[in-house]
Amino acid sequence: MPRLSAMPAARLTLYAFLAAYSLLTLAPFCWALLTSLKTTREIAEGSALLPLAPSLEAYRQVMQGAFTTWLWNSLSVALAVTALNVCFNTMAGYALARMRFRGRGLVFQGLMLLVMVPGQVTMVPAFMIVARLGLVDTPWSVVLTSAVSIVYVFMMRQFFINFPAEIEEAAMLDGYGPFARFFRIVLPMAAPALATQSIFVFMGVWNDFMKPLLFISSPDQYLLTQGLNAVAKQYAKGSSWNLIMAGSIVSVLPILALYITLNRYFIRLNDQSGGLK
Amino acid sequence: MNTLTHAHPGARRARLRLPASLGIGAYAFLLPTLLLVGLFTVLPIGYALFYAFHKVDILSGQASYIGLRNVGYLLEDDKFWAAAGNTLRYVLIVVPLQTALAMFLACLLQGRLRFKRIFITLLFLPTLTSSAAMTMIFMWLFNSNGLVVRALAEHAGLHINFLGDPAWALGVVMLMNVFSTVPGYMVVFLAGLQDIPKSLYEAATLDGAGRFARHWAISVPQLTPITCYVMTMGLIGCFQVFDQAFILSGGDGGPENATLTFTLLIYHFAFKHYNTMGLACALALVLTLIIFVSTLIMNRIVKPDGVNR
Repeated sequence: MPRLSAMPAARLTLYAFLAAYSLLTLAPFCWALLTSLKTTREIAEGSALLPLAPSLEAYRQVMQGAFTTWLWNSLSVALAVTALNVCFNTMAGYALARMRFRGRGLVFQGLMLLVMVPGQVTMVPAFMIVARLGLVDTPWSVVLTSAVSIVYVFMMRQFFINFPAEIEEAAMLDGYGPFARFFRIVLPMAAPALATQSIFVFMGVWNDFMKPLLFISSPDQYLLTQGLNAVAKQYAKGSSWNLIMAGSIVSVLPILALYITLNRYFIRLNDQSGGLK
Repeated sequence: MNTLTHAHPGARRARLRLPASLGIGAYAFLLPTLLLVGLFTVLPIGYALFYAFHKVDILSGQASYIGLRNVGYLLEDDKFWAAAGNTLRYVLIVVPLQTALAMFLACLLQGRLRFKRIFITLLFLPTLTSSAAMTMIFMWLFNSNGLVVRALAEHAGLHINFLGDPAWALGVVMLMNVFSTVPGYMVVFLAGLQDIPKSLYEAATLDGAGRFARHWAISVPQLTPITCYVMTMGLIGCFQVFDQAFILSGGDGGPENATLTFTLLIYHFAFKHYNTMGLACALALVLTLIIFVSTLIMNRIVKPDGVNR
């Protein structure tokens, strides 16, 4: 639209507005960061915006406690869930897209229907099942209940439907069986779809609050979001907001690092299937 | 079953020659998914339907049939109506607000723009942040010692106890949700804007339509299917709001039930009170019904196929 560049005033307003909104977006994070660098006393006194003597003391203090354990718990659970999801969702999506078998329509329609049921319906009974399996208060409760996500089964099905059939035919003529075709030909070519899927699954587990809240009760098994809530409960009264903000910032960093390196995947998946929150 | 073979005619021939054992192969591929979905989704739904009509004794695990009386108890419960009112207000305010803001930002970011990538990258930040961390930050912003409260006190002379005042607490949760969902929907709108034929804008420009006229006459109607999608997702998300309300109120939905949402109430019935498992399941089903009906109604109002494309 070259015409727009001929209207400097309108352009200027546009940039001003976008800059203002970006600032509004950044402000809470900046303030959280600044707070995390202050001392508790400085916060209690309600001093200036900038920390008088910036220090990383709050981070040191937070990381000394159970926080590191929660970080590890979250990291291992998120990695396990991501690996299982990528494996299971992709296999199921492939079968639904490329294989002909009795009951395929039924399986597909059934999954379609289940996706529409809100999580609240399954929340309470799922807890009872997890309890009966003896998994409450273990990381397995979160790992197993999150190991499949139907939305990504659909996403992978869509991907495989659009995947050129000739490639697989050629592999079949070369004597590859169905498993060999899947693992040695199809999967490597699906890498971008697998990457987008992994990123969003990882982010989903990392940021999840409700599941760990339901399934995990002892502090040494907490996941990060739950731990953050515990830290806040413990410190909010003593106005140790520097510790809480330090914890929040640490919890955001891994996703932020992922976002900065893999920026294009984040936006691309949203192009295809919309936001996930 | 055209989905299977629509790609290439050659593929159809090849597929028909595949050995019969493939049926088992397919189920081998589906097994983990079916097992996990069966165990943690289908079975729980079955249980939920069962418990919704029963009174469940937690200790003995005994369930006695009481028909629709769980729903009756709900309708008599003040907390149910508090949650209903809060959730309704939440949906009515947040959904239009986040949709309009997301569309507006997407339209601003559409077209050739310097620093576009940087803007999108920055604006996307809140969507990446966990609701837990986001709630911490907002609680600190709106705390009695927080930036917003202090700024209001210094510059406007207003002293508002956002988190402790029932009139304001839900507003903070609303603001938080709008703040964190808008960037995601903005990207969806941006993708939708790319699909609008450029010729429409060119024709309108030749007819002398200004920027705003083009926006209202072309972008908005052409985006209707996307708008409908965003509003549906927003609606479902808003009805299920939990994390922010839980963290902000320390789990109890206070002050004075001001942040009590349906999901929080389900949590209370299931895990805080004794022998109200059945109520929790009944409420979950009621919520499902509400979501289902409101989605239908909304799709009637915002007709996704009503546009002349």
